Amino acid sequence: MRLIIKDKADDVSKWAAKYVVKRIKDFNPGPDKYFVLGLPTGGTPLGMYKYLIEYYKAGDISFKYVKTFNMDEYVGLPRNHVESYHYYMLTNFFAHVNIDPKNVHILDGNAVDLQAECAHYEMLIREAGGVHLFVGGIGPDGHIAFNEPGSSLVSRTRVKTLTQDTLEANARFFGNDIDQVPKQALTVGVGTVMDAETVMILITGWHKALALHKAIEKGVNHMWTISAFQQHPKTLILCDELATMELKVKTVKYFKALDSVHGMLIEDDSHS
Amino acid sequence: MTTVTKYFNCNILKDGKILTEDLWVEDGQIADPEIIFYDKKKNPDIEIDCLGSLITPGFLDLQINGAFGIDFTHHSGEGLEIVKKELLQYGVTGFCPTIVSTTASNYHKILPKFKRCHGSEHGAAILGAHVEGPFISSQKPGAHNTSNLKTLRNFNLTDTYGSLENIGIVTLAPELEGSTDIIKLLSDNGIVVSLGHTSSDMETSIQAIKSGATFITHLFNAMLPFHHREPGLIGLITYLPYDEKPIYFGIIADGGHTHPTALQIAHKVNPKGLVLVTDALSALGLPDGIHYLGDKPIEVKNSKAYIANTNTLCGSVTSLDECMRYFIKSTNCSVAEAIETITLHPAQVLGIQNSKGTLNYGADADFVFLGSKLNVQSTWINGQCVFQHNSEPGYVVKT
Repeated sequence: MRLIIKDKADDVSKWAAKYVVKRIKDFNPGPDKYFVLGLPTGGTPLGMYKYLIEYYKAGDISFKYVKTFNMDEYVGLPRNHVESYHYYMLTNFFAHVNIDPKNVHILDGNAVDLQAECAHYEMLIREAGGVHLFVGGIGPDGHIAFNEPGSSLVSRTRVKTLTQDTLEANARFFGNDIDQVPKQALTVGVGTVMDAETVMILITGWHKALALHKAIEKGVNHMWTISAFQQHPKTLILCDELATMELKVKTVKYFKALDSVHGMLIEDDSHS
Repeated sequence: MTTVTKYFNCNILKDGKILTEDLWVEDGQIADPEIIFYDKKKNPDIEIDCLGSLITPGFLDLQINGAFGIDFTHHSGEGLEIVKKELLQYGVTGFCPTIVSTTASNYHKILPKFKRCHGSEHGAAILGAHVEGPFISSQKPGAHNTSNLKTLRNFNLTDTYGSLENIGIVTLAPELEGSTDIIKLLSDNGIVVSLGHTSSDMETSIQAIKSGATFITHLFNAMLPFHHREPGLIGLITYLPYDEKPIYFGIIADGGHTHPTALQIAHKVNPKGLVLVTDALSALGLPDGIHYLGDKPIEVKNSKAYIANTNTLCGSVTSLDECMRYFIKSTNCSVAEAIETITLHPAQVLGIQNSKGTLNYGADADFVFLGSKLNVQSTWINGQCVFQHNSEPGYVVKT
């Protein structure tokens, strides 16, 4: 596992975007060879999308041969609701780049048969050849996607009931009316994300410091689902200084000393 | 096969706010990108970089007597095509060609030529004719020829106008005997009744509103001045009828017809009912000199129009976009509020707000690109550019 510590949240966003660009370019995708990207929603990755759009507009990257799979979606929320993840992805990313809508996949929280929708989603990922890079964020309780504390660490895509914590945290997006917050979501499982070739988790801000500590300094524990990625062969955790506040000094020092090695991960070698 | 166009790098006026948002158009209508992307699974066929322009709905003018040397009444409806086309440069995508009080034979000649029609590269849409008179008060004729005025007692609508089919708005004076029945008849037939050129008191005006009138013609002009014990027609701008339908009122913000303070009063009392109209004359777009309003010669001096050899103002020579800018200067209102007085509000008067006057999904893709000084850079109808400023069109098609 790599822990990459940047000064500020904006540096995290930029680094993440550069890494995505680098991975797609190195893959050299084409009509018969799509790069498969897993994508998160929420406040943390917004900056990454902003930079990806910027790099696209500057002509540095094309999404023409990229397939995407989003992590999750609320159940029963209209697709055009401003809090739906369909809406989020379209307004914050897809509408501004050249991705083909046919290559975009987001779980349908309004499907008649939710379980069939989840099974179908797993099949689509398999058909696409698996995810090359899954980008994720976490909640303050260490949940990845909607894999709330207590989720099985080998779970697959399924319907998940949200915790009271999550409902209360989300109420602010629904006019502070907790009754308006969807109670369930469809989410990829921890196991689904674990199958990805590379996983990159973005963690920023003081309020996620404890989760980061649990993620990397404590044992694998289904109450902190992010900790499962200790067992993933290729996980990058990308955080800002604030998020390191609960880590041991030696942990921080060790990973910061590797900064130049980490820099090589996003080096643009196309000009060399 | 449909064509999807995405306008990006723009600000758009939507729901009363200026938002930094892309605008998507499919087959001449404003489209919901959500449906295009997720359901139709389409990428835009054309992408237009708007260079930071403000995109607003196309401007609508409910009262315009003519322009570019054409007076709709005097020229008996000839030359409409010229006006339609030339108005595009002011951002106007729809208007109500206005006929001042004239003879029955002239109405019969003009009105059949003023069929409602869609806008196109040939010009702005015709939203129905505005017949201003002849059933108006002889005490408040303004520039109308008093010999053409009629009472409702001796004349009926069809004898005067012929078919009502092409009429969108009728301006009449509610104090005329028999007006209640006529107002009901007109509004039942989907024709907007506007009160104007009148000495009506407030009570009579309220009765007219209850009978179905919804609009007031060029507020403050050609009506009794406001009096604190008898507010007259002007008092109606504070009046909310029982059915909660707002009262709309046209107002000429050309710097001559209405004092900036009067504009402020109207705006502060009832900003949602305010509709800017040009009341423009044939001389709009032409230099100073002698022109015509109906059969009266008028003289344009220093961009103001007077009945020839008098000091009576008789309509304006100020374009709608210029009125909007003057309105902001006079009232210090927001850009969004000012734009709505020439887009959403006039559309609401005509009851066409689902297709015109907004950039909501499903509305006609009629819009205007404005530059930093709210200058018209380009005008679009059904998603096609129908006018563009030579050096500053406000957009670049991405290749």
